[in-house]
Amino acid sequence: MWDSTMTVMMLEGIRDTVYMTVVSTLFGYILGLPLGIALTLTDKNGLRQNRTIYRTLDMIINITRSVPFLILLIVVMPLTKLLVGKSYGSTATIVPLTLAAAPLIGRMVESSLKEVNRGVIEAAVSMGAKTKTIVFKVLIGEARTSLLVGVTIVLGTVLGYSAMAGVVGGGGLGDIAIRYGYYRYDTPVMLVTLVFIVAIVQLMQVVGTLLAKRMDHRNNE
Amino acid sequence: MENSLLSIKNLHKEFDRNTILKGINLKLNKGEVIVIIGPSGCGKSTLLRCLNGLEDIQGGEIYLGGKLLQKNAKDISSMRQKIGMVFQSYDLFPHKTVLENILLAPVKVQKRKRAEVEAEAMELLERVGLADRKNDYPRQLSGGQKQRIAIVRALIMHPEVLLLDEITAALDPEMVHEVLQVVLDLAKSGSTMLIVTHEMAFAKAIADRVLFFEHGEIVEESHAPKAFFERPQTERARQFLKSFEY
Repeated sequence: MWDSTMTVMMLEGIRDTVYMTVVSTLFGYILGLPLGIALTLTDKNGLRQNRTIYRTLDMIINITRSVPFLILLIVVMPLTKLLVGKSYGSTATIVPLTLAAAPLIGRMVESSLKEVNRGVIEAAVSMGAKTKTIVFKVLIGEARTSLLVGVTIVLGTVLGYSAMAGVVGGGGLGDIAIRYGYYRYDTPVMLVTLVFIVAIVQLMQVVGTLLAKRMDHRNNE
Repeated sequence: MENSLLSIKNLHKEFDRNTILKGINLKLNKGEVIVIIGPSGCGKSTLLRCLNGLEDIQGGEIYLGGKLLQKNAKDISSMRQKIGMVFQSYDLFPHKTVLENILLAPVKVQKRKRAEVEAEAMELLERVGLADRKNDYPRQLSGGQKQRIAIVRALIMHPEVLLLDEITAALDPEMVHEVLQVVLDLAKSGSTMLIVTHEMAFAKAIADRVLFFEHGEIVEESHAPKAFFERPQTERARQFLKSFEY
């Protein structure tokens, strides 16, 4: 029944879930942000139009995004072992989570950056700004609201994936839910973990939306 | 070899097999104000865009200060810094304050000292009567105010030529005046400008030379703008000017 070990387990579960989600999202952006920028620049009408590069990146993203996360988790296990030293636990789960997040992030970043008004980009071009300046000072700056909303969505998705990793001992709340709720038919424990997962997602969503609204200088007072 | 600041030779521009510009020849001297008028779609805005390397061209040459301007050349960035451009849709950066909008290019592109540029920005803002709006975001400004900021944003680069592309076309009539007043002051202080506009009274007042464009060609060119607006030489220009009368 519910005792202090259970409480400790839950707290550890929350900690591990947040750890996996945040770190994987962070690594995901390290890979995905340049990917999204490259997609934006090389696409038709981009500042560095390049069909070959765009198509290649586009295809890689489509392929990786088509692989169901559970399969990806298993497929990359050798890599995970190589990088982390083991294939289970929350740190190990970060590897497949990052790989699943990166292409999704690439797409999100691409769509955010493409929302930036063309006229504004042209204004920067006409001032003699180089591509680098335009990307960092104009594109990212002007797309920040959309980029932040993207981060919120990615966090939610990665958290969902992290719970799935519980199937192979991935750690965190998803792991607890599967071990207690599914293998031991301990429904109350499963429900409690579920409540926590929902609460975390909710919290991220609220904070993300609030921040995005604050940073939007276009129409809110 | 070239005395003129900006020299356009036999400029051809095509888009999807449509010819937009059919061999434009034009020289713009320092301190001169040329106004281009003509019906919509005649290629006048496209010409301005070509002059800033925003469009690919299919033939001809553009020289700025004797240097060939090419869209994909290495030195295009430094060439563009010498050509200020103001657009119909203002195109201020929505997430940047007025001051940030103005400072971006001189600080990040020209690598000038922020403090120095900021002092100059304040002077220019004072000149256009918007010094008190420096911390506002574009959405807090009226169209006329946005356009005056866009002009300041171009001026702070110390361009050798200013290209103004229908800068009052999106404005309410009351705001047209405040913007054009700024441009008139610039002309008085000796700025070199190439202006595309539909404001005929303004064109008459500011132009040293008027070009009437149609179908990608210069149909009529006049060094005496007042005479041109009263007695255009070509039938087509006469018809066009008549469409502004009631």
